Amino acid sequence: MRRLRPETRWAYVFVLPWLIGLVLFQAGPMVASLVLSFTDYDLIGSPEFAGTANYARMMEDPKVARAIGNTVVYTLLHVPLAIALALALALVLNRVTGRAAGAFRTIFYLPSMTPYVAVGVLFLFLLNGQAGVVNQFLALFGVEGPQWTTDPDWILMGIVLMSLWNLGSTTIILFAALRNVPRELSEAAMIDGAGPWQRFRAVTLPMISSALFFVVIINTITSLQMFDQVYTMFFGNQTAQQSYGDAALFYVVYLFQQAFQFLRMGYASALAWVLFLVIAIITLVQVKVGNRLVYYEAEEHAG
Amino acid sequence: MTAAEPIRAAVQAGPAPAAAGPAADPAGRGTRKVFLLTVLAAASVIFLFPFVWLVVASLKPRDRTFSDPFLPWPVPFRPENYAAVWDAAPMLTWLVNTVVVGVAAALTVTLSSAFVAFGFAYFRFPGRNLVFGSVLATMMLPAAVTLVPTFLIWNSVGLTGTQVPLWAGNLFGSAFYIFLLRQFLLGVPRYVFEAARVDGASYLDLFWRIALPLSRPALIIAFIFELKASWFDLMKPLIYLQDPALYTLPRGLKAVVDQFYQGGDPKWEIVLAASVVTTLPLIGIFFLGQRYFVQGIATTGHR
Repeated sequence: MRRLRPETRWAYVFVLPWLIGLVLFQAGPMVASLVLSFTDYDLIGSPEFAGTANYARMMEDPKVARAIGNTVVYTLLHVPLAIALALALALVLNRVTGRAAGAFRTIFYLPSMTPYVAVGVLFLFLLNGQAGVVNQFLALFGVEGPQWTTDPDWILMGIVLMSLWNLGSTTIILFAALRNVPRELSEAAMIDGAGPWQRFRAVTLPMISSALFFVVIINTITSLQMFDQVYTMFFGNQTAQQSYGDAALFYVVYLFQQAFQFLRMGYASALAWVLFLVIAIITLVQVKVGNRLVYYEAEEHAG
Repeated sequence: MTAAEPIRAAVQAGPAPAAAGPAADPAGRGTRKVFLLTVLAAASVIFLFPFVWLVVASLKPRDRTFSDPFLPWPVPFRPENYAAVWDAAPMLTWLVNTVVVGVAAALTVTLSSAFVAFGFAYFRFPGRNLVFGSVLATMMLPAAVTLVPTFLIWNSVGLTGTQVPLWAGNLFGSAFYIFLLRQFLLGVPRYVFEAARVDGASYLDLFWRIALPLSRPALIIAFIFELKASWFDLMKPLIYLQDPALYTLPRGLKAVVDQFYQGGDPKWEIVLAASVVTTLPLIGIFFLGQRYFVQGIATTGHR
């Protein structure tokens, strides 16, 4: 073997922990997951080769279809709503002066410091159909609120409502991006006679497009993996599970149940790999689309 | 100028200077500012209300949980609920477990990530881009994909049922923090390290005596983010812990919900008080490390 220079040897010493972790906890499990997805494995015996049976089963499993449907609907509602609201808050924050903006930003971030289990508990109470605050508030306007936590037609809407309490990080990221928009640009546009909407459309939006793009990707990926709040509210409890069917069944919840309640490790691995592929594809598509829409200042200057 | 520069500048400078208000329309500025502050205040009420409701409801007797939801103090006042929670569930044990696991997770991930980050920032070695590419690639890897094989690993070494799987994976660094710390270390002028080398410092000295102290702000960001992530985690405790004496707060709160929210004997006040106990310490940590949170989110996009 060729002798390495001491400096190079030390370099490998420093990155060695990462390489070990990569093999043990990332790449290794990825491959193992793929292999397991072609087997039947219940932890007790040894894995038995099952061909593509797990994937075929996924196609026919009505619960998989339901879980995908719920997850996709939730994501399609949560991502645009959350980002629109967070952007609105960030725009207003950007208009007030420093100290006040800091205080409001802190308040907006507080919900993000609430552990998801506690968020789930809290919203079980707030969204309670008979006596919850949300419906009591609606009643002030003569509106009879739905049974958010028990009516299968409304459960997803309740979950979306809950998710919108948590805008803190998205607001902070967009606010930081807005802060970096040079004032002169907006002022120059104003001198040229651009109205507020035109200034937003033609100056602000392009300048924060990379941050917007980033929060779209991050919010999409986390929405597709929704687990903690929903599991707290609707699963892991026999009485809870029966009453509203699969209205709150999210994809990762189903994956978790298959793996750790029914010990179907092969089937759960197939579910996991499909999730991985879907997230990889969605991210790739978003990056491709993003490259066309996002304005990168550095490139402009280099060109 | 490297990417680490703005992080450091921002962290050291504290809050950004107040943005100057728009110059035009001096007559309308006063009213517009009142309008903007009103919007922010209204949003703050919406974001703060669930906290207030939670704390107030946790201090009321069970038959009044849902009464007077908009009254911001408890009537009648029943602080005994908190004594009842201590009797109903081992909250103190869970709190201690959460702190122990959280500190172990945060300390290991911060040190190991800094170690690896120093390797990437200081050394040039064959394969560096490839290995660093693997760091970037795993950032988007959904945790759900490696769930089953990771469980099988801990199961095969007999560590399921212990708290070890909740933090030991952090010994090998974590992509997000490696990235953050590497960016930060790239901003340290190379002559600082070279001067120490000339004075006879070893590579370990460079890491321990120069890189670590200099990257303190980034280390704090990594530490508090991991502490928060660990304090939020429900999935791993669900998978790995069976003995309630080992539970962390989120897992314990889930058990409290399952026992006292649904079923024949609902004890809402216990559920609510347990939620407050789970949330409050984190809010305290947030106020202590607030500027690091805001910086961390704004610069890394970490949630």
